[in-house]
Amino acid sequence: MTRAIVLELRLPRTLVALLVGAMLGLAGGVLQGYLRNPLAEPSVLGASNSAALGAVGAIYFGIAERHVALLPLLAILFGLLALLLLFGLAGRSESPLALVLAGIAVSTLAGAGISLALNLSSNPFAAMEIMSWLLGSVENRSMEHVWIALPCVAMGLSMLLFDTRALDALSLGEDGARSLGVNLRRTRARLLIGLAVGVGGAVAVSGSIGFIGLIVPHLIRPFTDRSPSAVLMPSMLGGAMLLASADILVRLIPTHSELKLGVVTAFLGVPVFLVHLLRERRLW
Amino acid sequence: MVTITIEGLCADLQRRPVLNDISATLAPGKMIGIIGPNGSGKSTLVRAILGLVRARRGSILVDRRDVSLVPPRELARTIAYLPQGQTLHWPLSVERLILLGRLPHLGPLSRVSEEHARASQAAMARADVTHLSGRIVTELSGGERARVMLARALAVGAPAIVADEPLAALDPGHQMDVMELLSREAKAGSLVVVVLHDLTMAARYCDQILLLNEGSLVADGPAPQVLTEQALMQVYGITAAFSDCHGRAAVIPFARMASSARL
Repeated sequence: MTRAIVLELRLPRTLVALLVGAMLGLAGGVLQGYLRNPLAEPSVLGASNSAALGAVGAIYFGIAERHVALLPLLAILFGLLALLLLFGLAGRSESPLALVLAGIAVSTLAGAGISLALNLSSNPFAAMEIMSWLLGSVENRSMEHVWIALPCVAMGLSMLLFDTRALDALSLGEDGARSLGVNLRRTRARLLIGLAVGVGGAVAVSGSIGFIGLIVPHLIRPFTDRSPSAVLMPSMLGGAMLLASADILVRLIPTHSELKLGVVTAFLGVPVFLVHLLRERRLW
Repeated sequence: MVTITIEGLCADLQRRPVLNDISATLAPGKMIGIIGPNGSGKSTLVRAILGLVRARRGSILVDRRDVSLVPPRELARTIAYLPQGQTLHWPLSVERLILLGRLPHLGPLSRVSEEHARASQAAMARADVTHLSGRIVTELSGGERARVMLARALAVGAPAIVADEPLAALDPGHQMDVMELLSREAKAGSLVVVVLHDLTMAARYCDQILLLNEGSLVADGPAPQVLTEQALMQVYGITAAFSDCHGRAAVIPFARMASSARL
């Protein structure tokens, strides 16, 4: 009995939390470095919600039933579209606020799409499932979810960790980085694909869990030399640890129905976000 | 040692022609000033030299090789660039920032070796910022920050340095510090290209001056040939006094021509 609980319930759930947390933590660190913006993060920029929209679309239109890979694929595709739109909207601007505003637009649009599916779905079970994508959770995950997330996250992590020196060079702005021999076009392409595949795969198994990528690099940065590359590995490990422990927390807190992870991380993350936003006029 | 040759260069920014048929030879061991009014194409010219702006016509040759054909990392090791505005997006320490100058020498996954640390130290010494090495760059004064950014460019160890308005927002003392420093690099054999607004600084420190106006090269030569009453009137719309302070040149703008009087 205990063995079954550990192996079939707790283990996959913890593994999913670790994978998703690692991916989101690293994605936050990378986005902040690339965009030179401490507010950048997959959910703030709308990538998580867009990937969730892809997943919801796969469920709503019954595409997900045809093949297991289709739901994560659609999540990845939608995540990629969101990032392309975002980099297009705010890529030239070096102002952090412009980027956050563009992210809000993308995020709200994707959220509206999910709400629309929720609104139109005919049966309450489908509605419940769609709802769980909005809230984000690793409840009741099986090894199947681990096998979906693992290749996506592995690919995402390795692509994002390949050339971290380009992120350091970007501290000097785009011209500064290019004059140090950084091929910005290649860097951008690698990051876009790495982020889309990794975050898309993570969202496909856990829904839209926000703010991990914001909280973790923020907590870690003061202990580093503040260069973008120094934050990455610790953010990856910290993200995994934070999400796994937040998941233990939601299991232990006695509530009527279990708290969703995404709800908890949002309550943790918004204060961090606000602190940054208020500091916006100063140098950090 | 590196020679940069600009041949009939035309370049656009957002389809608007910014540079028009510019030809010049930039030889090693020289301090070369690029001057001209705002919007005359100075920054675009230096960005084109670095391959950051593509030529519509003509070419830029780095030792007889077209700049667009030089691999980015090799180009980065050949020409160090100090962009306008001293941009720095994260509060890095001086030491960490200067080490960024070594990036063109580092592979994606290679380690920072003793050799790179030594090159950084040497660059800090040349720019006289060794005592600042533990400080946070964003907390330095303007003058200190300018020297630190310059040290970052020196750390590349490139035979050519291109600095875009390194004197902006500096007091006269710090302006002279920066110019002395660049001039020492030129005397040591580097090619130094510097975009300037201060005519006196250009006259005093530059071996060769390129004067730009509305995207065209108006004059190219040593200071006394380029900085003439006639040229300043035509290009800047000013009258200026030329004087000699104890054997050192000074150019003092003193009156703006009415726009109708300009040529």
